Amino acid sequence: MTAEASVELSELERDALTELANLGVSNAALSLREMVREEVLLSVPKVSLVTREEAVTALGEKDAPRLVGVRQDFEGEINGRALLIFPEAKSLELVRAVVGGELSLEDIIELEQEALAETGNVLLNACLATIANNLGRSVRISLPEVIYGEGADFFPPPHASHHSDRVLFTYINFAVRQRNLQGYIAMLLDMPSLVILKQLLGSFIERVASGGATPSSDVV
Amino acid sequence: MTRKVLIVDDSKLARMSIVKVLKALRPDWLTVEVGDPDQALASVGHEAPDFVLLDFNMPGKDGLTLAAQLRESNPGIGVAVISANHQAEVIDRARATGAVFIRKPLTEQSLAAFFDGAAGRGKFAQ
Repeated sequence: MTAEASVELSELERDALTELANLGVSNAALSLREMVREEVLLSVPKVSLVTREEAVTALGEKDAPRLVGVRQDFEGEINGRALLIFPEAKSLELVRAVVGGELSLEDIIELEQEALAETGNVLLNACLATIANNLGRSVRISLPEVIYGEGADFFPPPHASHHSDRVLFTYINFAVRQRNLQGYIAMLLDMPSLVILKQLLGSFIERVASGGATPSSDVV
Repeated sequence: MTRKVLIVDDSKLARMSIVKVLKALRPDWLTVEVGDPDQALASVGHEAPDFVLLDFNMPGKDGLTLAAQLRESNPGIGVAVISANHQAEVIDRARATGAVFIRKPLTEQSLAAFFDGAAGRGKFAQ
């Protein structure tokens, strides 16, 4: 551990966040399934509070060094960034899966940027909207931007005014097996947003689970 | 009639929210919670639940594999797989094991439909 986090999430809050990520990415996967007409496999979601460096390292370890991502920033009570990321080598395969197999390579290359941006837009909006709705808040979502680069290019340095460089990093792998296509959705929040998120998670937990525990319940 | 329901989910929050919906619907039913699939298999043996509600997306063993094992060893138990991942393939696989698929977030209506469906099939004919 390089720095003490100013905000810690309790086990229940972490569960709640994992659950929200799961709901969000499940809806995103359903959208992707409709686009590629094949089942999309999802991993068990992971949520962690890490430093920016750790997030960059995690990206580097998962895939090839060159990555392509679609990035959308969101603003509201909570500010952050959502990313759809996969190896750059798979970029054309994703486009081909989405636009269909009849197009020539030239057409696919020409459509690449647009198709990536649109795919990212559908998936990330499905994910963010589900999470925002469940938290009872709305967020403004920026237009998608396609970025190519290595891990560090996806996580620019934090605002100078915030001494903490810890970020919330949540990711779920997704895969389209027949096409050997995989990538993941990551979400990043800065510390001030994390403080607000903690409060919203408290309300969410109250709503979905309060009164659920009774003396007759028996946890093995 | 009081029934016993085994709830299998690695998320404590998810278990709590399932219990909340269940208690609103069937206040007198008993609940047993476990946090992983292996505990679920052990628990079915000594708790003898009437129903099992299980999460699809769990570390180690997914809910569909567990549902298939439970249905095979205890065909009399009503099993429902609860998941936000409602792609057609997942729903089909759940049904192929003899389990019922219930979409997350869980509602009283969908849970009631599962219990009533089990009763309707004569599982609990009085």
